[in-house]
Amino acid sequence: MTLSRRSVLGTALGAGALSVLPRAGARAAGKTLTIGVCSDFSGVYSDIGGKTSVACVHQAIEDWGAAAKGYDIKVIQGDHQNKPDVGAGLARQWFDNGVDMLIDVPNSAVGLAIASVAAQKNKTYINSNSATSLLTGPKCNASTIHWTYDTYMLSHSTGGAMVAQGGKSWFFITANYAFGQLLRDQTSAVVKAAGGTVVGDVAYPFPQTTDFSSFLLQAQSSGAQVLGLANAGKDTVNSIKQAHQFGITQSGMKIAGLLIYINDVHGMGLDIAQGLVLTESFYWNLNDRTRAFTKRVLPKTPSNYPSMAQAGCYSGTLHFLKAVDAIGVDTASNGAAVVTQMKKMPTDDDAFGKCWIREDGRFMCPSFLFRVKKPGESSTPWDYYDLLHMTPADQTFAPMAGEGCPLVKS
Amino acid sequence: MVMILGKPLPLLFGQLLLGLINGSFYAMLSMGLAIIFGLLRIINFAHGAMFMVGAFVTWALFTYLHIDYWGALICAPVIVGLFGVALERTVIRRIYKLDILYGLLLTFGLAQILQGLATNYFGVSGVSYEAPHGLGGVVNLGFMYLPIYRGFVVFAALVICGATWALIECTRLGALLRAATENPALVQAFGVNVPRLLALTFGGGVALAALAGVLAAPLYSVNPGMGSDLIDTVFAVVVIGGMGSIGGAILTGFALGIIEGFTDVFYPPGSAVVVFVVMAIVLLARPAGLFGKTA
Amino acid sequence: MFGFSRAQVIAFAVLVLAVIAAPFLLYPIVAMQVMCYGLFAMGTNLLMGSVGLLSLGQAAYFGLGGYVAGYLVQSLGMTPEIGIVAGGLAGAALGAVFGWLAIRRQDIYFAMITLALAQIVYFGAVQLTGFTGGENGIQGIPRSALFGLISLKNDRVIYWLVAVVFLAGVLFVHRVVHSPFGQVVKAVRDNEPRMTSLGYQPASYKRVIFILAALLAGVAGGLKATVMGIETLSDVGAATSGLVVLMVLLGGIGTIFGPIVGALVVVAMQYYLAPFGAWVIVIQGAIFVVCVLVFRRGIVGELAYRLKSPL
Repeated sequence: MTLSRRSVLGTALGAGALSVLPRAGARAAGKTLTIGVCSDFSGVYSDIGGKTSVACVHQAIEDWGAAAKGYDIKVIQGDHQNKPDVGAGLARQWFDNGVDMLIDVPNSAVGLAIASVAAQKNKTYINSNSATSLLTGPKCNASTIHWTYDTYMLSHSTGGAMVAQGGKSWFFITANYAFGQLLRDQTSAVVKAAGGTVVGDVAYPFPQTTDFSSFLLQAQSSGAQVLGLANAGKDTVNSIKQAHQFGITQSGMKIAGLLIYINDVHGMGLDIAQGLVLTESFYWNLNDRTRAFTKRVLPKTPSNYPSMAQAGCYSGTLHFLKAVDAIGVDTASNGAAVVTQMKKMPTDDDAFGKCWIREDGRFMCPSFLFRVKKPGESSTPWDYYDLLHMTPADQTFAPMAGEGCPLVKS
Repeated sequence: MVMILGKPLPLLFGQLLLGLINGSFYAMLSMGLAIIFGLLRIINFAHGAMFMVGAFVTWALFTYLHIDYWGALICAPVIVGLFGVALERTVIRRIYKLDILYGLLLTFGLAQILQGLATNYFGVSGVSYEAPHGLGGVVNLGFMYLPIYRGFVVFAALVICGATWALIECTRLGALLRAATENPALVQAFGVNVPRLLALTFGGGVALAALAGVLAAPLYSVNPGMGSDLIDTVFAVVVIGGMGSIGGAILTGFALGIIEGFTDVFYPPGSAVVVFVVMAIVLLARPAGLFGKTA
Repeated sequence: MFGFSRAQVIAFAVLVLAVIAAPFLLYPIVAMQVMCYGLFAMGTNLLMGSVGLLSLGQAAYFGLGGYVAGYLVQSLGMTPEIGIVAGGLAGAALGAVFGWLAIRRQDIYFAMITLALAQIVYFGAVQLTGFTGGENGIQGIPRSALFGLISLKNDRVIYWLVAVVFLAGVLFVHRVVHSPFGQVVKAVRDNEPRMTSLGYQPASYKRVIFILAALLAGVAGGLKATVMGIETLSDVGAATSGLVVLMVLLGGIGTIFGPIVGALVVVAMQYYLAPFGAWVIVIQGAIFVVCVLVFRRGIVGELAYRLKSPL
């Protein structure tokens, strides 16, 4: 009886394992693809990734006309909970069991961990939501593309703008993991290059910190002109809200939110967010094409407008599908082949317009410096930004040489 | 600018004040824990979860019933207290006769259930709750801008701790509780309904936790993890103060909050761990804690 | 036979068969995780079952083992067997120090000291970013060749390494429990004052068990890091400490095979219920509650009770 209980349990579990995921090996008859959205569905980054990212992936499939072209495309999702081991485990499991492309991934530590797995398994990985520029630097690989934005873009655009406005002495509050540390380091470099100084820096445990009062106090007593927030998502929202509570803005300190999404502005409300300067590579109300895309996708995500990262999921998925169609669906499981094709073809979609992908896997698009409107200036829902400046694509991102990417022949 | 040990005085005062605020919560929560342990001999790992539930109830009272903050200060502890009484009657009652560590495991499981449910319905980041209008705004103390609400929290905590201590030490009900702690059989022989006393004590203890939760709601952004973030520190406070000593719990709570605040100035990474270092030292030197009776 | 009861021999045979069959029925990575956590839980069970001590900080040794193995293999280029052995030794060393500190106290105070010490280790892991990578963890731990000869890149190959270490662990644990040493430990748990009056030093015996538990945890951690290629703060955190206690409780405190069953159920549950997010936590909590209230013997413990034979 011991024997029968154990083996029954084992067989039941095994059968369960087989049924949950698509099988590796021979592709089913017809043109099938599986796309996995690995994101944060319930944590600090759930508004800038999460369900809206999934909606954008579906929109791309729809806009491309998958059904009419005879494709059957499955979209699965998984929550990495902001833990690199969970994300890497999910990616490994997906790639071993028939997922052809993995997309999204807010949280740079998870993003980097998945890049290793994608390289190992040679599967297509479009990171449209992490910030770390290491993905096109030392950690670049043949099957990974870094979409949407990176820390270089943020530090030079927002950081540069704040310094130009007169903010010479900085104090950083940094999320203590890959993303925050890199963003702080790159922005410090920009500040110093412009003749400014970094007066102090405090790194807080991520993602469990919700009370920033102690760090804000230290920032205030440092006497710096600019409070540099090297964090994102709800951390940024909490930091700025509490900065107001502690009178930081009253005392004359300026706040540099190095990574702010439109969803964060929505979370703060224009009362608090007005005047903030930020950089995104997509804004729903920027031009007719972006407005058209947003109109199409909103029914799928009614309470959360897409920000640049989620638009990146749309753009990346669309381009992936075009590439797979060009080389044939049977090669879709060969990440390097798909990515090579994606680099050959220029991109064109309603979200980002005409762009292209560089040799090191960097998606090249222009970036936009925005200022958040005052409450009285906003007329329609989510009408939050005034455009200050556009930076062309080749100046938005770091030059390839010197970034340390092994794919680039120097 | 005046400097002490290389740090500007305003920063020191500011951190001291922040430490006092944190200490308020440590004191309130450890007080409830000490009461529950003192009488029921239960190590209530679910105390942090009750704190969290109190905060969520506060938010729910406002969102669905439009009961404001001041109403919540009364309603939330009552609701959670009743929930605690129900728990005691159904679940906690069954393990009194078991090894003390089973109580720890049981309440640990309860805490996980509560936290998991909250995470499912509200997400890891939870919901936000605004401070009541009468207490909004900021006062410039010179060395820092203090949000008025945070000052109120310290004041309220002192009042609550003082009142509870007085209740236990100076009233007849308190005397009954203390007697039941020392010799339940004798107290029962005197005609006191001890089972009811136990249920009320557990309910009262978690009601205190919920009250702390109401106070915390405008401060820490009501999220499912807020209890588990605190519970380890609160346990350390109770252990350092002495497991059954309520006065010890209150004093140690405030003291540890202040120690944490100072550590934040001189060695910020250490503020998360200084409580545990202190606990390890105290336990090795004085196993019953600073104010506890010998084990 | 060798101190195994008949039920135990059958159970072991079934276990070996299950280990051989698993990679063909389950995703090998999951099966390997079960074995790593099973090893970890068996060690913790030595403490909980044989000595009767509840430690709330076993993850400290598990995580340390993983970090040491990961660091040696990734940053210093060593081969995996060195990493795993070093992980075990590191765990044991930490266990020696912490055990010496904690054993002096009983019951709840012992539990709280282990909790405090584990929190200090967690803090150390966050701060020593050169060694642990801080919040990012050690990523991309390569699967170098075993003994410099056998490539471990294929999941099926490394599976056998894990299986051998795991089964050896089972035999080791059984040996410890059924040795004269193990008998003394059991007697100490049952009636410590009596054993002291008979001339034994209970503290020394408890300390040895503590070190063995930490050793097994360290080996398990090192093994897991080698398989998964990543080591993060989760492995050294309070949630993992709580999880391994759940595995022991659910499987059956004091049984040999209980922790393995507990590990299987918990890992399987986390894997299959992952799409349901926080429901896993709710269910874990419910299992704790149910086990304490009505199912204190655990799965294998209940089975052993029915069979009237140790398992």
